[in-house]
Amino acid sequence: MGGTDVEYVIEMLNITKVFGNFVANDNITLQLKKGEIHALLGENGAGKSTLMNVLFGLYQPDGGEIRVKGKRVEISDPNVANDLGIGMVHQHFMLVDTFSVTENIILGKEPTKGGRINIKEAAEEIKQLSNLYGLDVDPYAMVEDISVGMQQRVEILKTLYRGADILIFDEPTAALTPQEISELIEIMKRLVQEGKSIILITHKLKEIMEVADRVTVIRRGKGIKTLNVSDTNPTELASLMVGRDVVFTTEKTPANPKEPVLSINDLVVKDYRGTEKVNKLNLEVRRGEILGIAGVDGNGQTELIEAITGLRRSESGTIKLNGKDITNMRPRKVTESGVGHIPQDRHRHGLVLNFTVGENVALQTYYKKPFSNMGVLNHKEIYSKARELIEQYDIRTQSEYTPARALSGGNQQKIIIGREIERDPDLLIAAQPTRGLDVGAIEFIHKRLIEQRDNGKAVLLVSFELDEVMDVSDRIAVIFEGQIIDIVDPKETTEEELGLLMAGQKINKKNNEVDGDKNSPSMKEGE
Amino acid sequence: MNKKRLISLLIPVLAIVLGLIVGAIIMMVSGYDPVVGYTQLWEGIFGDPYVMGETVRQITPYILAGLAVAFAFKTGLFNIGVEGQLIVGWFAAVWVGLSFDMPAVLHIPFAILVAGLAGALWAFIPGILKARLGVNEVVVTIMLNYVALHVTNALIRGIAGKDTTDRIAETASLRIPFFEEITMYSRMHGGIFIAILAVIIIYFILQKTKLGYELKAVGFNQDASKYAGMNVPRNIVISMVISGFLAGLAGAMEGLGTFEYVATKTSTTGIGFEGIAVAVLGANHPIGVVFGAILFGALKYGSLNMPNPPAQIPSEMITIIIAIIIFFVASAYLFQWLYEKFSKKKGVK
Repeated sequence: MGGTDVEYVIEMLNITKVFGNFVANDNITLQLKKGEIHALLGENGAGKSTLMNVLFGLYQPDGGEIRVKGKRVEISDPNVANDLGIGMVHQHFMLVDTFSVTENIILGKEPTKGGRINIKEAAEEIKQLSNLYGLDVDPYAMVEDISVGMQQRVEILKTLYRGADILIFDEPTAALTPQEISELIEIMKRLVQEGKSIILITHKLKEIMEVADRVTVIRRGKGIKTLNVSDTNPTELASLMVGRDVVFTTEKTPANPKEPVLSINDLVVKDYRGTEKVNKLNLEVRRGEILGIAGVDGNGQTELIEAITGLRRSESGTIKLNGKDITNMRPRKVTESGVGHIPQDRHRHGLVLNFTVGENVALQTYYKKPFSNMGVLNHKEIYSKARELIEQYDIRTQSEYTPARALSGGNQQKIIIGREIERDPDLLIAAQPTRGLDVGAIEFIHKRLIEQRDNGKAVLLVSFELDEVMDVSDRIAVIFEGQIIDIVDPKETTEEELGLLMAGQKINKKNNEVDGDKNSPSMKEGE
Repeated sequence: MNKKRLISLLIPVLAIVLGLIVGAIIMMVSGYDPVVGYTQLWEGIFGDPYVMGETVRQITPYILAGLAVAFAFKTGLFNIGVEGQLIVGWFAAVWVGLSFDMPAVLHIPFAILVAGLAGALWAFIPGILKARLGVNEVVVTIMLNYVALHVTNALIRGIAGKDTTDRIAETASLRIPFFEEITMYSRMHGGIFIAILAVIIIYFILQKTKLGYELKAVGFNQDASKYAGMNVPRNIVISMVISGFLAGLAGAMEGLGTFEYVATKTSTTGIGFEGIAVAVLGANHPIGVVFGAILFGALKYGSLNMPNPPAQIPSEMITIIIAIIIFFVASAYLFQWLYEKFSKKKGVK
């Protein structure tokens, strides 16, 4: 590579971008060949998004130059980027739910005929584009009715419809199911076949190995290396990205489970629509084990956790913690009974983003001594605790007085994890604890969970990532339509088996008693 | 970091200057002399001890009304009912001032307390409706403003038998002879101390107490507050009640200080509504509210001098000029935006 005959469609040369005294991009070079899938790999906060926002015209670089097809350009705003054939598929979709697919795609670029929008013609064009790239999108479907994967394809179509040759995918798999991920990978390959070039922003090594041709690794704002994917391997990439060696499979000793900490009996929980999302569920989590709950999103995981933590009412059944009934207790009572909760949505539940790091550290204990005395807060204690956690949990922040909003996702998550573990709960509930985080942070968080287990605590892990569940758990409970349909040993199961179970197909293994009865999940599995 | 701080201080000053310039242009276009106009505005605020006293008198209820709006806002509530709570507080203060016979050391605090409680009660209604039933507080508070106006009017007529009550007892008055002497017998009264005290207390509650922490958490993120075990509905009610209490105090300033009586009104006083502008000017911060109230109150009172000769600027025009100044200050983010745009452009070169 590097020959003079190589055609680059995009060249970002020595790009530097500074915010105040923080250097987000320090002399980074990224060159995209025509017809390749080029991965941009880096931890959260490494500067990937900044670099792409520079390319997309949202930021102006403080140094360096951008060339498109060999010609030097100034991309002063996203419209210029669009005109140059650069399209971005955002991580958070920008779609109007109540509009049809066609209406969403043409939004801002409506083809008009005498002042009227010609939907039919647009739909026809979209249909053709969709067929060409194998997207299989119905132009007349309402966005609110289609799946997340489909919505993403609408975003892809949006860029194609605007004539993009260069597509930037920003963490495209973050919200997708495993099935949808493999479909997306096919689509990306198809796009490249048809002459498009792709920049893939990600921190998932598996995807890069599967789909990318080359990869540029950036770390803390600096360009580290550009490699051919065929010449490298995940271990090398991970250590380049994090700056040290990373252990993939979480090392842990065998579990030493003792008496149950959490026992759930015939629990029924309704969602806000009144549907029974948790339907006579039985479950036990024991001291000294990590129980992983595997399942497709929407099978009652959220409702189950909210019921345990007191955020949602249980209709019937019981939840016991250390033998004490905590069914329908107030959240604070549950917390004080010894439950720690790393919530699924850290922005919605886990943090008050406008509060400082210190104030967030105190979120569960602010009303108790030493943080509070006779109704007056002791800021000195709060912030000294915060400094302690920043040190201990390697929370990267300017200071303990920085608003949580300003931190990267991984560091925000570390605040929550530090806060919850610090309270030393008997039961730690971790819902999607590593969602959207990079390998370094994931490794760190998994270690903490295992540490809790080894300290004789019970850990309930809910995750949509099969790898995570299989890697960290000591037992895996598969949830389907509000029930635990089986409990398996991660050492003996396979992704295929779990996949089938998650789809509701209970298989009769040799040691399973014959049953067709979903209402009595086998609780003896661990024996 | 330091530069940022300087800019955030500079922006409001710049906004006032720009507002004054635009106001000057309008005066010029309409055929008035802006220099004379602004000189008279200045003299209307600082010209002699009397107007200075009156300016302080004008600022006093603005501080409390602005504080009431800002406090509710910190908890994510929009209390448009400060007006009604103020009217109720005013009435209650005068009632205590008229009907009780006690020494001043008791009478004044008692009248102020009852005024605050009346305002608090008036705010409790939208608070509890919002907390329990999710009824939008904006609609309820607006409607309660009218209820307050007409109910107090009816009560005044019913009790006093005329459109104005008698003057309150000497023992309930906030008048301070020393202030009267140094300000040539303006209506400036001791209420300014109460307003400042309220600012300090509210600042303390918001910054230093468990209650303030909870109220702010609920204001920023109800889901996270619930997760953290806070009682969200209770915090909503508490926030409204404290806000209403402050509004009631603003009413007491008028009832025990400025007027010393209460009369029937054909329309609302406007102080409560202007409290919203004061809160915005003060960025919903207790200390900021003081500055907002000073700006608003000074312009409001000082401009009364502008229709006098030789400027002879009609009062309608003055309202426009004040509005423009407020507009520029309130849209300070516009300056922030311009500044960023400017520095961004410079960065490219």
